Amino acid sequence: MSEVNLVEAPPGVEGSGFFATSMEKVVGLARSHSLWPLPFATSCCGIEFMATMGSHYDFARFGSERPSFSPRQADLLMVMGTIAKKMGPVLKQVYLQMAEPRWVIAVGACASSGGIFDTYSVMQGIDEIIPVDVYVPGCPPRPEAIIDGFNKIQELVKNESLRRRDSQEYKELLERYGIQ
Amino acid sequence: MGKLNNQQVIQSLTSVFGEKISVPSEPYGFLTFETSADKIIEVLRFLKEDKDLKFNYLTDITGIHYPEQELSIGVIYHLHSLTNNVRVRIKVFIDGDAPHIPTATTLWEGANWMERETYDFFGVIFDGHPNLVRVLNVDDMTVFPMRREHPLEDPNRVDKKDYFFGR
Repeated sequence: MSEVNLVEAPPGVEGSGFFATSMEKVVGLARSHSLWPLPFATSCCGIEFMATMGSHYDFARFGSERPSFSPRQADLLMVMGTIAKKMGPVLKQVYLQMAEPRWVIAVGACASSGGIFDTYSVMQGIDEIIPVDVYVPGCPPRPEAIIDGFNKIQELVKNESLRRRDSQEYKELLERYGIQ
Repeated sequence: MGKLNNQQVIQSLTSVFGEKISVPSEPYGFLTFETSADKIIEVLRFLKEDKDLKFNYLTDITGIHYPEQELSIGVIYHLHSLTNNVRVRIKVFIDGDAPHIPTATTLWEGANWMERETYDFFGVIFDGHPNLVRVLNVDDMTVFPMRREHPLEDPNRVDKKDYFFGR
C-alpha cells in the first residue's frame, strides 16, 4: 500500500484541541491543492500536456484531478500553443468567462512570445491580451517543465493575499488589458 | 476519343483569341499563358464551355506581387479539364495601385472564397464579387500581408532587434 502524503499545516498556534491560523493561509492551502485547470491547447504544447495529464506523469496528483472544460468552473487557464491573432478574441472571451480568482499559465515559446512564428498572423505572446502569471519556456516544454510551472502557480496561489483581487494595483492591471 | 494535348488547347485558343493571349509556354509540361483583365472572363468562359476542351474545374485563384514590374500585381487562375485530364495556368497582370479585375463567380460559385482570399492577401479588387471581405486574416487588418512592401515580421516585437545579436 502506498503512503498517503498530507500537506503540512501552515504556521499557527496549536494547543490541546485547537489549532489557530490565519484565514488567508487556510484558503491559500486549499485553493493551491485543488486548482482546476482549463486546457486551452492549440498545438504541440497541447500534446505535451496530454502526456502530463496521462498516468505516467499523473497531473492529478497535484490536485487538478478535474480538468475543467468549462471556463465557469476553472481556476487556472493553461494556454498551450500558438495563438493566432484571430484566436485572440476567443482566448480573451474564455478568460473573461472565468470567475475570480483566476490564474493564467503560458506554456511554451509560442504562448509566451510567439515563438518561431514572428509573422503577421500570430500573436506575439498572449500577454498582449490577458495577464499571465507563469511562463513555461520550451518548444515544446517537457511534461516535467509543465509540472514545474504548475507548482510555481501553486506557490503563487498559496501565498496570495485574500485582498489582492480587490487591490487598486490589480484593478489597474486589468484595466491595462481593457478588462472591466 | 484521342487524348487532348497542350498543342490542341493552344490551337483552339489562338484561333479564337489570337493576339489577345500571350505566347504560351509549357514549364514542366504545364500550359501557361497570360492575358489581360478585360479578356480574362471571356477566356475562362471559352475554356469552360467549349465542348472539346471542357475545362470545367477551377482549381485555384491566387495572386503574386512583383514590385519592380509596371503591372505589379498578378492574378493566377488554374483550370483543370476533368474529362481530358489537362490543366492550364492563366496569368493576368494588373496595375498595383488600382488592382481591378472582373469576378469569376459568374462562371464558378467556387471562385467566391478564392477571390476573397486573393483580396485578403494581395488587395486585388474583384469587380462584381458578391461579398469581397477578408476571409482568413483578422477583420481589422489594414494591410495586405503577402505584398512585398509589407514586412513579414510583427513590427511591434522588440526582442528580436539586431543589436541583441551584435548586428
